[in-house]
Amino acid sequence: MKDILRQLEERRAAARMGGGERRIEAQHSKGKLTARERVELFLDEGSFEEFDTFVEHDCQDFGMADNKTPGDGVVTGWGTVNGRTVFLFAKDFTVLGGSLSRNHSKKINKVQDMALKMGAPIIGLFDAGGARIQEGVDALGGYGEVFSRNVKASGVIPQISIIMGPCAGGDVYSPAMTDFIFMVKDTSYMFVTGPDVVKTVTNEEVTAEELGGAKVHSSRTSVADGAWENDVVAMTQLRRLIDFLPSNNRADVPERPFFDDAERKEMSLDTLIPENPNMPYDMKELVVKFVDEGDFFEIQEDFAKNVITGFGRLEGRTVGVIANQPLVLAGVLDSDASRKAARFVRFCDCFSIPLVTFVDVPGFLPGTSQEYGGLIKHGAKLLYAYAEATVPKITVITRKAYGGAYVVMSSKHLRGDFNYAWPTAEIAVMGAKGAVEIIHRKDIGNDEKIAAHTKEYEERFLNPFVAAERGYIDEVIMPHSTRTRVARALALLKDKDLDNPWKKHDNIPL
Amino acid sequence: MFKKILIANRGEIACRVIKTAKKMGIQTVAVYSDADKDALHVEMADEAVNIGPAASAQSYLVMENILKAIKDTGAEAVHPGYGFLSENPKFAEALEAAGVAFIGPNVKAIEVMGDKIASKKFANEAKVNTVPGHMGLIKDSDEAIRIANDIGYPVMIKASAGGGGKGMRIAESESDVAEGFQSAVNEAINSFGDDRIFIEKFITEPRHIEIQVMADKHGNTIYVGERECSIQRRNQKVIEEAPSPFLDEATRKMMGEQSVALAAAVDYESAGTVEFIVDKDRNFYFLEMNTRLQVEHPVTELITGIDLVEQMIRVAAGEKLSIAQDDVKLTGWAMESRIYAEDPYRNFLPSTGRLVRYQPPEERVENGVTVRNDTGVYEGGEISIFYDPMIAKLCTHADTREEAVDAMSDALDTFYIEGIQHNIPFLGAIMEHERFRSGNITTGFIAEEYPDGFEGVAVDDGRAEMLAVVAVFLNEIHAARATMISGQLSGRGRELPEDWVVSLDDEIAIPVRAFEGPEGLDVSILDAEGEVVSSHTVESDWCPGDTVFTGEVDGKNVVVQTLRAKGLQGYNLGYRGSLVNAAVRTERGYELSKLMPEKIEPDTSNLLLCPMPGLVVSIHVEVGQSVQAGETLAVVEAMKMENILRAERDGVISVVNAEAGDSLAVDAIILEFE
Repeated sequence: MKDILRQLEERRAAARMGGGERRIEAQHSKGKLTARERVELFLDEGSFEEFDTFVEHDCQDFGMADNKTPGDGVVTGWGTVNGRTVFLFAKDFTVLGGSLSRNHSKKINKVQDMALKMGAPIIGLFDAGGARIQEGVDALGGYGEVFSRNVKASGVIPQISIIMGPCAGGDVYSPAMTDFIFMVKDTSYMFVTGPDVVKTVTNEEVTAEELGGAKVHSSRTSVADGAWENDVVAMTQLRRLIDFLPSNNRADVPERPFFDDAERKEMSLDTLIPENPNMPYDMKELVVKFVDEGDFFEIQEDFAKNVITGFGRLEGRTVGVIANQPLVLAGVLDSDASRKAARFVRFCDCFSIPLVTFVDVPGFLPGTSQEYGGLIKHGAKLLYAYAEATVPKITVITRKAYGGAYVVMSSKHLRGDFNYAWPTAEIAVMGAKGAVEIIHRKDIGNDEKIAAHTKEYEERFLNPFVAAERGYIDEVIMPHSTRTRVARALALLKDKDLDNPWKKHDNIPL
Repeated sequence: MFKKILIANRGEIACRVIKTAKKMGIQTVAVYSDADKDALHVEMADEAVNIGPAASAQSYLVMENILKAIKDTGAEAVHPGYGFLSENPKFAEALEAAGVAFIGPNVKAIEVMGDKIASKKFANEAKVNTVPGHMGLIKDSDEAIRIANDIGYPVMIKASAGGGGKGMRIAESESDVAEGFQSAVNEAINSFGDDRIFIEKFITEPRHIEIQVMADKHGNTIYVGERECSIQRRNQKVIEEAPSPFLDEATRKMMGEQSVALAAAVDYESAGTVEFIVDKDRNFYFLEMNTRLQVEHPVTELITGIDLVEQMIRVAAGEKLSIAQDDVKLTGWAMESRIYAEDPYRNFLPSTGRLVRYQPPEERVENGVTVRNDTGVYEGGEISIFYDPMIAKLCTHADTREEAVDAMSDALDTFYIEGIQHNIPFLGAIMEHERFRSGNITTGFIAEEYPDGFEGVAVDDGRAEMLAVVAVFLNEIHAARATMISGQLSGRGRELPEDWVVSLDDEIAIPVRAFEGPEGLDVSILDAEGEVVSSHTVESDWCPGDTVFTGEVDGKNVVVQTLRAKGLQGYNLGYRGSLVNAAVRTERGYELSKLMPEKIEPDTSNLLLCPMPGLVVSIHVEVGQSVQAGETLAVVEAMKMENILRAERDGVISVVNAEAGDSLAVDAIILEFE
């Protein structure tokens, strides 16, 4: 009997060695951890429960019958992060390059199904060579099975992908279907077709890093939601992110003890808005001073910086923060910023995370490049996302809220629950100069008259009171009391109950 | 007594004067430039008057505007603070003509003492020891070189009208004189509107010790102890103390009496400071007399209990001095640290911007230790490019020098500033410096001890262990809180491990074992075999979000600045001049972190970056030009100081990105080398 037990131990030990010592060393020499090391770092100590340790592929072609390793290139299972369940699969680059076979995909399917059934987040750690070509259409079918489950789970449980090595071809579309993609700097890349194919087809010479490195995807394409220094930082940050997220679309946002005061007044916010309306200021200061303990988890920090998105907490409960950033392009909404914010709003709405929006927006960015790029449709995404969202929505206008952008940025008209404005708010169709030149076109050229009209316009419209008189703004609040007021509003809105009419699904302008 | 006074100044000194005036029941009027509309002194004063645009030459230095403000508000007296018009005899004259009291000395005293040449003459006559030097006016740099050659090197070149370190240059050679003379003239014009320059012998191994005097209009003059201001960087005072650790009673008395004699010689009234240079044999030479309240006056107030501003106001109102020489008793020791908006890690370049966080230590008297902070800024305020970069004067007072220095070290680490760079780590380093602690200081201290600039204090073993223990405490609180999140699988919460490894800057690894003890968190330092090397107890009410850890480690008070590091790899700890990242990881986490590749910083050695936000005054090279190391590449101006940017190595210029008049951000690329 003891022998049988020992045999199990031996088989397990062999499986845990993945592709063997030499390959593990090769993995380390590239600055990467192995799949199991990553899982170990990510989960609570000793909480990992592995599935399918002994699964092997059943391919007979191309001599594969003699090339089998238990696990078949992917480690799957579940464990806890601070006691909360998560499911995961981690591609094992040391085993057949982590390539996807039919059985490999079945392992992933199993945890996908279970995560959905249990209502817990699923994490994919990617570091693999793509489809196992020897398996032909079986591998392709395997991808399809994974994709289809990604889609089924979308909006039901959080799905997060971390790219920690190569991720190419069929492998990229599962991450692309998930809620967040993070990449590890310098050791990961992601593309549909690699540099070799690019060279053959287009004669373009490009490195893997230039084509799909962490920097490109986190700052240029927005495929990735962030780039992290190395595997260790990635696993720490992933734990941090999990702590912000509800387990599924019916669960409440997580709550934890907090050491910050909801009544904390930030007197320095009273001087955040510069005297000169054309001077920028750093909206992140407001965001950081607003959330508990200054702890803000930014999403897409390096992309479309004219809008800030990310998670924070208020009284220990997660909120999603969206804020125009006057430091970058005056905080204008362009196609990129609209898409970025829209996707974030929809994620929060899926998972019952209240939205807090800070507005300082001069409008949408004019110009052919924007219009040809489909600004109308991209701007509409954000408008749609806000209008559709049924989670608590609180808006604070700090300065400019001009034109269509005013309406888009979680305005009262889009079912905003609490719409506040600082006394420095300017809620109008446009700035004074543009407005006066339209209203008083005949006086253009008469500087004196234009100046008088401008002054009149500024006094009449460039304040929060016209909107407040109409109830579009619920209350004009002191900047220093922003945290207090929003915290109170959120406490009230905890039991907000609002539903959209039944539909098969909506039809957001994609 | 006056009913209302106007303070013709800004910043901390304006606030300082207002405080005393309030205490005396006198109404106050502040003046302010456009840039100071929301400044603290404006808020503190009963009334405030705008006197012009941001540049001080168009506001704080414009007499007519201030005179108008006096007239409009009906102020009966004016306190000029220091700098600006405080030592301008024309201003004192104009006030006299307008029938307004000047809270300072008479016109003659200002005139004489404001002129380096005349003041030396008076000093000689009053039998005050003086430094050899040239008394006359200097026409040009050729004449300056001739004079310097006569006196013998090194020599000091200084603006006649200047106080402090402004416009002062030390020249070791003829070429230094040529360069220094021209820039001294330029700065003198910019700062004082007066281009007169003088030259004198520069005394080596000198200490700067000054005597505070106080005189009334009735012929009474006393000296109120000395201040030692030897800790200077490029002739700008950084740390001051009172008394001096160097003076004996006899020397103090001699210096005091000479100072009184000098003051009497010009019928001095009000507060004044006689500056001496003291050599290693306690020979002292008169440098100059500052006919105003000195920046560092608080240390004198702390050891004497005299409110110098109050005395100045009383004297100006015609009262007799209520203190006689025998009443002046020096009690305990006081230190002052000047907090500057400058980056100590980048050659002390000025730093401007919004004070996102400004949390000074609480002013208090506790267990015989006094903490005082004279400041003119507040959280959310702006450090502008227009004025002096000094944002606060942090003072401590205790029975002994050692206690005052210890108190300063803690007060500095309690001081939390964000948004601009500041010199607190540098000040903290000096407080911990053995030579400073010994009192064996000279005005060359900073140049000698930090010849290559400041890089932070290296962490020794004792410091490393203490910081590791603190980091474990912080981590324990964060990690324990994280385990209390809602929605856990029942009975399967995370059990925190007891064993951790603290990595300091990923260089030093300290294995530790931590568990809840009766007195706080018990942290044992382990050796490689897991045996306990030493045990510590740490206790604090620190909680996440706090930027300063105040607590006890092994029963000893410890103050450490704590910021969570980006990427959550532990904490960035600031302690007495050291700045270190302390990552607390599980043993396994530590093992795996060692596998992570070291990231190499991008190479910027072929770029000339703008070291601070500023205005390009001139670009001295063009594309294709070969330059040698040390050659001037560009001049950038910030806070009225011209900073010469020199080539660090030989090279050929490939790209020039800026031109004169450009306003550049920090790290903007000015030019590139091939």
